[in-house]
Amino acid sequence: MNDFFSTTILIATVASGIRLATPFLLASLGEALGQRSGVLNLGVDGVMLMGAFVAYFVVLKTGNPLIGAAAGILLGMVFGLVYAFITVNLHAEQGVSGIGIYLFGLGMSDLLFQKLVGTPLPIMPFPEIHIPLLADIPIIGPMLFTHSLIVYVAFLLVPAFTLLLNSTTYGMNIRAVGENPAAVDSLGVSVTKVRYSAIIIGNGLAGLAGAALAIELGIFQHNLTNSMGFIAIALVYFGAWRPFGVMAGSLIFGMVAAIVLQGKTLGIIPRSASDLAAMAPAVITIFALVLVANRFKQPAALSKPYERGR
Amino acid sequence: MEQKTAPVLEMRNITKRFPGVIANDNISLTLHRGEVHSLLGENGAGKSTLMNILYGLQQPDSGGIWMHGKPVRLQSPADAIKHGIGMIHQHFMLVPSLTVAENVALGLRSKRHPLTNLKTVAHRIQELSEKYRLQVDPNAYVWQLAVGERQRVEIIKALYRDASILILDEPTAVLTPPEVDDLFVTFQQMAANGRSMIFISHKLHEVLQLSDRITVLRHGRITGETFPQETDRRQLAQMMVGREVQMAPNKSEVRPGSVMLDIEGLFAPGDRGGDAVRNLRLQVKSGEIVGIAGVSGNGQRELAEAISGLRKPRAGKVQINGTVLRTSCPKSARKAGLAYVPEERMRDGAIGDFNIKENLILLDHGDTKFCRPSGMLRFAKIKEHCNRLVDEFNVKTPDLETPTKHLSGGNIQKLILARELSGNPKVLIAAQPTRGVDIGAAEYIHKRLADERTRGTATVVISEDLDEIMALSDRIAVMYEGEIMGIVERDNASREEIGLMMAGVQRLNAA
Repeated sequence: MNDFFSTTILIATVASGIRLATPFLLASLGEALGQRSGVLNLGVDGVMLMGAFVAYFVVLKTGNPLIGAAAGILLGMVFGLVYAFITVNLHAEQGVSGIGIYLFGLGMSDLLFQKLVGTPLPIMPFPEIHIPLLADIPIIGPMLFTHSLIVYVAFLLVPAFTLLLNSTTYGMNIRAVGENPAAVDSLGVSVTKVRYSAIIIGNGLAGLAGAALAIELGIFQHNLTNSMGFIAIALVYFGAWRPFGVMAGSLIFGMVAAIVLQGKTLGIIPRSASDLAAMAPAVITIFALVLVANRFKQPAALSKPYERGR
Repeated sequence: MEQKTAPVLEMRNITKRFPGVIANDNISLTLHRGEVHSLLGENGAGKSTLMNILYGLQQPDSGGIWMHGKPVRLQSPADAIKHGIGMIHQHFMLVPSLTVAENVALGLRSKRHPLTNLKTVAHRIQELSEKYRLQVDPNAYVWQLAVGERQRVEIIKALYRDASILILDEPTAVLTPPEVDDLFVTFQQMAANGRSMIFISHKLHEVLQLSDRITVLRHGRITGETFPQETDRRQLAQMMVGREVQMAPNKSEVRPGSVMLDIEGLFAPGDRGGDAVRNLRLQVKSGEIVGIAGVSGNGQRELAEAISGLRKPRAGKVQINGTVLRTSCPKSARKAGLAYVPEERMRDGAIGDFNIKENLILLDHGDTKFCRPSGMLRFAKIKEHCNRLVDEFNVKTPDLETPTKHLSGGNIQKLILARELSGNPKVLIAAQPTRGVDIGAAEYIHKRLADERTRGTATVVISEDLDEIMALSDRIAVMYEGEIMGIVERDNASREEIGLMMAGVQRLNAA
């Protein structure tokens, strides 16, 4: 009886950890891609908020979470286009421009929500997809294979991005532009095109991350992400700019959050300590970052605008 | 030798203006099949602009480019590559975190698009490296390679694209003399295979050795075209500068005095751990110049920093004029009588945004000469002092208020030298004193160093430029991997012997 009970809790905790990790994973994969091309984007959280609102609004109107997710991606890509113009063509300082994007997204998403929706109405979440056969495996099945489509997509993107970065011409261009754009330029490859594409894809993923969050929760509210976008940026450093590293970081973060949540629900963590416990994921991330920091070098051209002949 | 018909390349009447200067003023240049054509000129003479135009990085205001008798438009490096032009840049255009094969494959269309086909690329690199004796491992990461190997990767990159015209922008700047010899063999073989080269260099003897033809530029114009068999170094230098140039300073008879700088058992850490300077022992007497030869990156910078107190030595001691310096304390070194002209002049030697006056008093602005007890600066005194230095050292500047970064490299170096020598030092460390400095300023700096020697300063000149070392030194110490491979008297020194020590092949028992 006791055994059964704890197994159920274990399954529920792990499954919820994976779910909680998903928005982090999507956002940090996107950020990692942009950073590999040498562009730092501190505006992830703002793009996530906008993606979250747009997805929420579209699902509210259409009732279709897939269209909502697509709208989130599209919104993110539009932000990517703007950010690419600012940083690649105008050579703006990336740290400050990113913060500008964040503040814009934070305010704009709330304004649109107040004007267009007003009272929070719940929306239709993603349906759970039970993968045939795999979902029937005891313990592992319900942990890993009873999630919504977006969770599978996020985790499948990890090997896909690894392949993209390491084994394709495009991936090689991205890595090279992030290290020494002048070299790439001298070989006749357009630094502008490579960076534009990486930023647009990356921001599309940030938009999707926001959409995933809003649709999974079924609501939208002011500052829904609660700075998840900034954690996602930290996870890129934690993961040493590698897709699997970023995934490991996201999972640690999601799991710790799930355990804290579960602990509170079960009353193991007293109410008085719950605010402290809420800090746990952040504290653990900082520890992990300190441990990992400086083991790997960041892309040499990160946050440096490229101008021919300078 | 085959009949030289239509030139493979013709640049006709190229003019390019930048705000305030004409970088290229009606320049015409031809290049024949299999020819090595050298382009000689000071910084700012317009060589780089002309080559950037040829490589599609910049567009001329007027004039055009013909290849094999037909006009071509080169609007980007991609166009230039398509027309068979390759460029070996002075600052390597390599991505350190990628392998050799990946660096070569960058920008090429892969046969397995969108996937890469690095195996094929590696195979072809192997073939090229055998054909042209360019030893390199296609699967090594570029960050693992020594500079000489990186240079070979750059050449392979151009050959892989089957460049028939190669622009070689100071390709020997970072190589040891034996590496230069190897490289020249490769270039000659490439020329024999019908490839043409434009060779850019400051080193006159290399230009004389390698070229079929030499064109000299000054202030954006062609000042002469000649052939190596019809000219010599003195004449070339004169064409570059526009007046008679003294190639080596006159050195008066000076009898070295007592030991002023005494380094014993010095170990200094490198930036990435390990010892960059290992068990180094060196004595320099007053009235003596000791040249430290060596390819950069063999511990010279760390040595200079350890002496001047900017780097904490792991072991050993440094004495100036009998005073043992406190480690990691620039002030104690300065007090003992050290002057230091650092190799990174804009990073360690001057503050770019400060004006001339401020940079000139950086050392002693706290001194009672320039500072009242209240802490207020004595501007009248400072101005007088600075005007005198600027005059004496011939620093060309509109006024004392000009931001230092607006001066040319040569004038910044003269400014730093003025500041450092104004305190009548006992010991002077001058690292790469004329790197990137035009010939006129270099000539002046050399003269000042020779004057200091006459005055009785113990001087250490650190330089990659063997000509400079040979011109200035009384004794020559060669550094390789943090150690002194040997010390020779200037009068007994041979280039070959020094070259071998620079490459770490030969070691002399400490003199």
